[in-house]
Amino acid sequence: MASKWSLGSKLKGMFGRDESAPEESAADEPEAEIVEEPHAVKLPKPAKAPKAPKPAKASRLGRRSKMDESTWEDLEDTLLGADFGPDVAEQLVDAMRVAVAKNGVSDSDDFVRLLRELLEERLSKFDTTLKLSERPAVILVVGVNGVGKTTTIGKLAKFISSAGRSVVVGAADTFRAAAVDQLATWAERAGVEVVRPQADGQDPASVAFQTVEFAKTNGTEIVIVDTAGRLQTKSGLMDELTKIRRVIEKQTPVSEVLLVLDATTGQNGLAQADAFLEHAGVTGLVLTKLDGSAKGGFVLAVQERTGIPVKLVGTGEGLGDLSGFSPVAFAAQLVD
Amino acid sequence: MATFSDLSSRLTESLKNLRGKGKLSPADVDGTVREIRRALLEADVSLEVVKDFTGRVRERALGDDVSKALNPAQQVVQIVNDELVTILGGEQRRLEFAKKPPTVIMLAGLQGAGKTTLAGKLAKYLAKDKHTPLLVACDLQRPNAVNQLQVVGEKAGVAVFAPEPGNGVGDPVKVAKQSIKYAIDKVHDVVIIDTAGRLGVDAEMMKQASEIRKATNPDEVLFVIDAMIGQDAIATAKAFQEGVDFTGVVLSKLDGDARGGAALSVVSSTGRPILFASTGEGLDEFEPFYPDRMASRILDLGDILTLIEQAQEAFDADEATKMAEKFKTDSFTLDDFLGQMQQLKKMGSLKNMMGMLPGAGKMKEQLDNFDEKEITRTEAIIQSMTPAERTNTKLLNGSRRLRIAKGSGMTVTDVNSLVNRFEQAAKMMKTVSKGGVPQVPGMGPMGQMAHGKGRVAAPAKKKGSKSGNPAKRAAENAALASGAPSGGASASGAGFGLGSQNPGAPTSEELDALQKFLGKG
Repeated sequence: MASKWSLGSKLKGMFGRDESAPEESAADEPEAEIVEEPHAVKLPKPAKAPKAPKPAKASRLGRRSKMDESTWEDLEDTLLGADFGPDVAEQLVDAMRVAVAKNGVSDSDDFVRLLRELLEERLSKFDTTLKLSERPAVILVVGVNGVGKTTTIGKLAKFISSAGRSVVVGAADTFRAAAVDQLATWAERAGVEVVRPQADGQDPASVAFQTVEFAKTNGTEIVIVDTAGRLQTKSGLMDELTKIRRVIEKQTPVSEVLLVLDATTGQNGLAQADAFLEHAGVTGLVLTKLDGSAKGGFVLAVQERTGIPVKLVGTGEGLGDLSGFSPVAFAAQLVD
Repeated sequence: MATFSDLSSRLTESLKNLRGKGKLSPADVDGTVREIRRALLEADVSLEVVKDFTGRVRERALGDDVSKALNPAQQVVQIVNDELVTILGGEQRRLEFAKKPPTVIMLAGLQGAGKTTLAGKLAKYLAKDKHTPLLVACDLQRPNAVNQLQVVGEKAGVAVFAPEPGNGVGDPVKVAKQSIKYAIDKVHDVVIIDTAGRLGVDAEMMKQASEIRKATNPDEVLFVIDAMIGQDAIATAKAFQEGVDFTGVVLSKLDGDARGGAALSVVSSTGRPILFASTGEGLDEFEPFYPDRMASRILDLGDILTLIEQAQEAFDADEATKMAEKFKTDSFTLDDFLGQMQQLKKMGSLKNMMGMLPGAGKMKEQLDNFDEKEITRTEAIIQSMTPAERTNTKLLNGSRRLRIAKGSGMTVTDVNSLVNRFEQAAKMMKTVSKGGVPQVPGMGPMGQMAHGKGRVAAPAKKKGSKSGNPAKRAAENAALASGAPSGGASASGAGFGLGSQNPGAPTSEELDALQKFLGKG
């Protein structure tokens, strides 16, 4: 998987060096785990072809022999460019100043390592396991339009079913044209059951209800409910989400509410997380489209502000392009 | 949102010491530019664009083309807004149609940007304009994108060309090529090609997009970009410019609360204009792009600009002259007082208004204590009077006062204090406007104005319509400086009239302070 994430040339050579450091590849094996009490089972990650190396970027931090004010500016620029946002970028720069003052930094590798450690530390404060101990365990997937909810569900269904669990997906996106078919196609690819609405434009809550009912009748272990994309500013649609959750809970507790966030999103990601947390009780984040050039630095702020951990990461349109969230790998990719 | 108050309060804070200086010094400008930089970054404008932009603002703010008629806060707001509008609207233009139909429009963008939905909207929009658009399903990648386009086409009432089932089957380049022929055969004058979403870094997919472009030679290639996108906007836009050389931009999902800094990033880095804004999931939620609206949205300066505009409208100079005349001739009545208050109310929140005044940061606490309902209560009292009573307060005997108190839901004490304070104020105003030194019995706040007193007492100039102003303004400046907004410095925190010691004056104080703020006073 992302074991080929390399530290960036950007922060490299900052002290006039050029050789690339060997990677700590042991650390960047993210694993998605699914806790199924009483005995926790770790699911093996689906294999994935190594990613093509990213095109080398111009080194923003340039080469220089010692640290000066512009090093800090460049660091801030790098962080801002990765969508951390001005507040977090400022905090990180301050933290780095402290760390550098305390530990002393002799070369660029040191500097990069310090930054990576700092990010790892802040990213790994949260528990990233998917908690699916209920039977059936219901996963509700929510998010704004076009972030990749349906695709994520397809991949997640495959992921769970290949671990030997039975899965049913509920097509509760009854709004967008052909969303039901899109999900059905993914379900077919993943080899899982799908519950479709009986009529066009059926109330999404009732589709969710029927999906859970289906799981109960057939003894399906995991239920994944797709919902229509909605902007967090549409209060009517946000209320609909609350209703979907409420209706599901008439039958069984909702185990996970996953908010799908697009890595290309900027600071609006925070507003999205706040609103969806309020209306749907989000328990985990899924960061998608990380295979692009966007870094998704805003999730650090989201995690810290809401306390909701990133649990899954999407890295492509293929069935296997989903993995657990690894702070180590993510931090490495951020400083890339 | 919070951002407005953030930026405006930060701007005000950084300009606090500038009041009266009239011109911006490099240090002042730097402070302000820092705040603007931050606001732009919070709005997701790409870093390099931010640097460029703030550099230009700085240059202009220090340059000679700054209007000396405006105060610093206004200057900066104006420059920033001007620059934003200039960049965003620089290359404004309409959709271009081919001389010889069909006009080919190709859509491209990242996954989930909203291309398919936009295709439907565009088709409907064009169909309304008596065009006969044809939607072409070239997204053969995403599961059921073809279906989605068909449904969208049906909803929009336009034809859809979808020879391939999609879901990975079929060659989009071939479909695109065939569609042109099909359109000519079936006499469609516009062809809209929906393509699969692709990442800027995906070389293979970019090549495919560029092949579709080559095969169809489109008149417009529209790059659809999500208004929520962050710093990656610039890299993506550049990748698409390189890959498909788009001719225009469509900003989607503008109905959310993203500030849409991407708009600025894309336009300034590619030089391509934004043609449309997409504002919802319905097929009609689609409109031409308005640079001025976007400019206000990015920095959230809309409120400030509106406020300036409204204030300019609400307080025209004639009105002020008329007031001065009234003070002078002793014909300032409770009706005029009421009118002034209503003018203030018309402008919306007084707190906002006061917050806008440079240096108002100091008075923030008092502003927070200021109860806007006081205006309403004072209004109620005056409105419970007969016209005769309003003109001549001497008519107000005990029983009338009781009636007024009952009518307005206040107590007789409230009525008494309002009347007393009004009379005193009217008297003071008269003295001031006649060029005299005001006797201010019972003007509580004056006590706090030790440092301002000298100026209050300064000889006022001769009459003329505005002759009263210097002294009056001095008094007001002093009041402002002593942190007394609208006379509400008294412990009660009550702003207008009631409970405060300073009745008619507050209104004119604000009026004047505002005038000053607006560069008119």
